[in-house]
Formats: sequence, C-alpha cells, structure tokens
Amino acid sequence: MLDKNGIAKRIAKEVKDGYYVNLGIGIPTLVANFVRDDISVEFQSENGVLGMGPFPFEGEEDADIINAGKQTITTLPGASFFDSVTSFGMIRGQHVDLTILGAMEVAENGDIANWKIPGKMVKGMGGAMDLVASAENIIVAMMHTNREGESKLLKKCTLPLTGVGCVKKIVTNLAVLDVTPEGFKLLEKAPGVSVEEIVKATEGNLIVEGDIPEMDI
Amino acid sequence: MIRKTVANVEEALQGVKDGMTFMLGGFGLCGIPENAIAHLVKMGVKDLTCISNNAGVDDFGLGLLLHKRQIKKMISSYVGENDEFERQMLSGELEVELTPQGTLAEKCRAAQAGFPAFYTPAGYGTEVAEGKETREFNGKMYVLEKAFKADFSFVKAWKGDEAGNLIFKGTARNFNPAMCGAAGITVAEVEELVPAGELDPNQIHVPGIFVQRIFQGKNYEKRIEQLTVRKSN
Repeated sequence: MLDKNGIAKRIAKEVKDGYYVNLGIGIPTLVANFVRDDISVEFQSENGVLGMGPFPFEGEEDADIINAGKQTITTLPGASFFDSVTSFGMIRGQHVDLTILGAMEVAENGDIANWKIPGKMVKGMGGAMDLVASAENIIVAMMHTNREGESKLLKKCTLPLTGVGCVKKIVTNLAVLDVTPEGFKLLEKAPGVSVEEIVKATEGNLIVEGDIPEMDI
Repeated sequence: MIRKTVANVEEALQGVKDGMTFMLGGFGLCGIPENAIAHLVKMGVKDLTCISNNAGVDDFGLGLLLHKRQIKKMISSYVGENDEFERQMLSGELEVELTPQGTLAEKCRAAQAGFPAFYTPAGYGTEVAEGKETREFNGKMYVLEKAFKADFSFVKAWKGDEAGNLIFKGTARNFNPAMCGAAGITVAEVEELVPAGELDPNQIHVPGIFVQRIFQGKNYEKRIEQLTVRKSN
C-alpha cells in the first residue's frame, strides 16, 4: 500500500517532457518533488504563475509570490506572472496539458465531487470546476477509501458534483485505474496489495482483465 | 494627461454607502486593498455585497468586515481558512454565492469589457448551473454566466502614476486587473505613486482609463497566509 508520497511518485511518471501541469492542493502538490530531472516541465498555479519553483529559503519568502494554496514559492528561469483572467484562459483554452487534483468521490462514469459536504463543510470549489470542465487530461490523486473505510470509487457520487464525466485516470494508495465507458479498469496494483483487496475497496464497477502488474515506483 | 490622484483613502472612498456592491482584488491575502478595507471598517458601512475570490482570515482582509457584520452577501470561489465566515454562513446570517474561480474572473472582465454574459463549460452538470441557460457548442455543453454589476472596485497595485496607470508585482496581480473599470468607480491604492512619465508605457499592466481614483497607500502589512520555506544549507 502506498502513502501520500508514493501516490505522488507514481503520478509523477505520467508527467511527460514538454508538459504544462496544474497541481491541486494536497497530494498533487507533492508530485513536483518526484518529476524526473531530465525532462522539461512547467507548473502552473491558477492564482497567476507559470514556472513555479520550490519553496523559498528561510528569510527569502515574498508575500507577493504565492501559489494557489497560499504557500510562499519561488519561480524558475522562464517563469511568468499573469492575472486571473489570463490564468483561466490557459486552463479553459486547454493550453495546460495535465491537471492533477484530489477528490472526495469519483464515479465510474468519471464524475467527480471535491468541494462541498452539505451541512458540514463548504470551502468552495476554487478553480476546480474550471479545471475539470476544460482539461483533456485529468488525473485524480486520492486515498481509495475514506476514514470510515468506505470506497471513494463509486457507482454514482453522493456529494455535490464538481464536474461530470471528466476524470480519465485515478491513482490511489491501492491502485492505478482508468475510467472507461464500462467503468473503472484496473491497470496496476500497489506493492503488497492484492486484486481482491482492490475489488473489496471499490464500490463502482471494476474491470479486472488478465494479470494485473504491480506498480513500478 | 488626466489626473486621477486623490489625497488619501477618505477622499478615495467618497460616495460609498450602505447596501452597495463592491469588487475587491486579491487572492487569499495576496494583493488585497488593505487601506480600502481598513477604511470601510472605520466608516462602518453595512449590508454590503462583496465580490472577492476569498473572504480573508479571521483577523485580516475581509475577515475584518465580516467580524463587524458589515457584509450581507459574499460572492467568492473559495472561503476556507475563516472560522467567523463559516459560523455566519452556517447560521444563515451571511448569504454566500460560490462561483468557480475562472467564472468569477471572467464575470469581472465581462463587466470591464462590455459583455453582458458569456458561455463557460465550468460548472455544467453541477448545482452551480442550476436555473441557468445552457447550450451546446461543438458537442460540448456550456453555461451562460452574466457579467457582474458593482458600485465600486477596490484594487491594489505595486506601482501607479498620476494618470491611474498600474503595475503589479508577482502573484499579487490576480483579480485586480479584471476588476479595474468593471464597477461604477474604480479605486486603486498603490505602494508607490509616481508622477506621470516615470513609468515605462511598455510595462503598464492596467491603463489609467480603467481607474477613476488612485492614492498612495500606507502601512502595508502584506501578511503571509501559509509560510513555507526550505532550510538553507
């Protein structure tokens, strides 16, 4: 079974040379730490920066340079700053190649819910609705089950939706799955995890064909 | 040259009244109009509708207006990080309209640029699209979203000149440019106000035509919400 860093490490393998990538808050942010050094990738943050670098050294932080998680960041050579309209033009206009975000629930048809739990939590959708409505290539990074042990890969989402039919790939602590017209297709299992465990942790339709390889991370 | 300078925040906020709708720039606490917010608190105007991506934190930014119960309605995309906000929202004291972030930005720009409405794919099939017109273009579904209408825009820039031209720094730009010229009166506060001619026209982010009043701000705190650093070797 993977921890959060393991999930990030596996997703980093999906990041290809020449990609512009938007990373959501949480596990997705960790992906930047595992992208290969020999490829060229630029990270976009929707608050208005392309070419994000690592966190600043102590004392070098600048209140005017943050990411969408409001964390202080640095920029790399070739970086640019822009306003929110331009930023979402990049997103809506499909100029960003890959979007990686977290989720509370994903359904077997690719629906995603990640912004609201009625009566309990309403933080808002931020840029998530714009991202999932426009991105061609969306990977969800999340735990396979919630704290109560219930599956987060469902037949149908129970929470208010963020987007419909948009998720293409999911990487969890247990598995890598594609979202297909027939449901979740199991592609890889995490080290030390059996197919049976994945079947048990998945409420939505799960397609298992042939031998399922273990993730190479 | 048409002069846009006013002496201070008091003069800049003349005409602000109870029940008005404001646009306020900033992302989190980055690039917020600190002086305008502080003066709105001091004026005690109430029943305000505020369009702002976030709602500040408990003791800074728009949190200061929330604390004094001056805001009737918030239009935002993300409102976490603010306990007082959550309390007022869950108790029904505060009306909240959550809008996808890109849609929020575009609703400002539409107001600035003279578009009554626009189609966006964001929120299609979700509760955000409920009651709104939808339409298919090239096999994809879109939601019709309308331009904002506001009485004042309060924006914060790094540098500005007497003609109202603005230059922003880093990610403090965010929603500020789209809000300029998107309300009846745009008030810009700047860290450094210079005479006309001192800023390079090639480097201007917002031309002065979109700004009605500009003043030199004071005592910027520029609070950091999430300080994240690496240890130096």
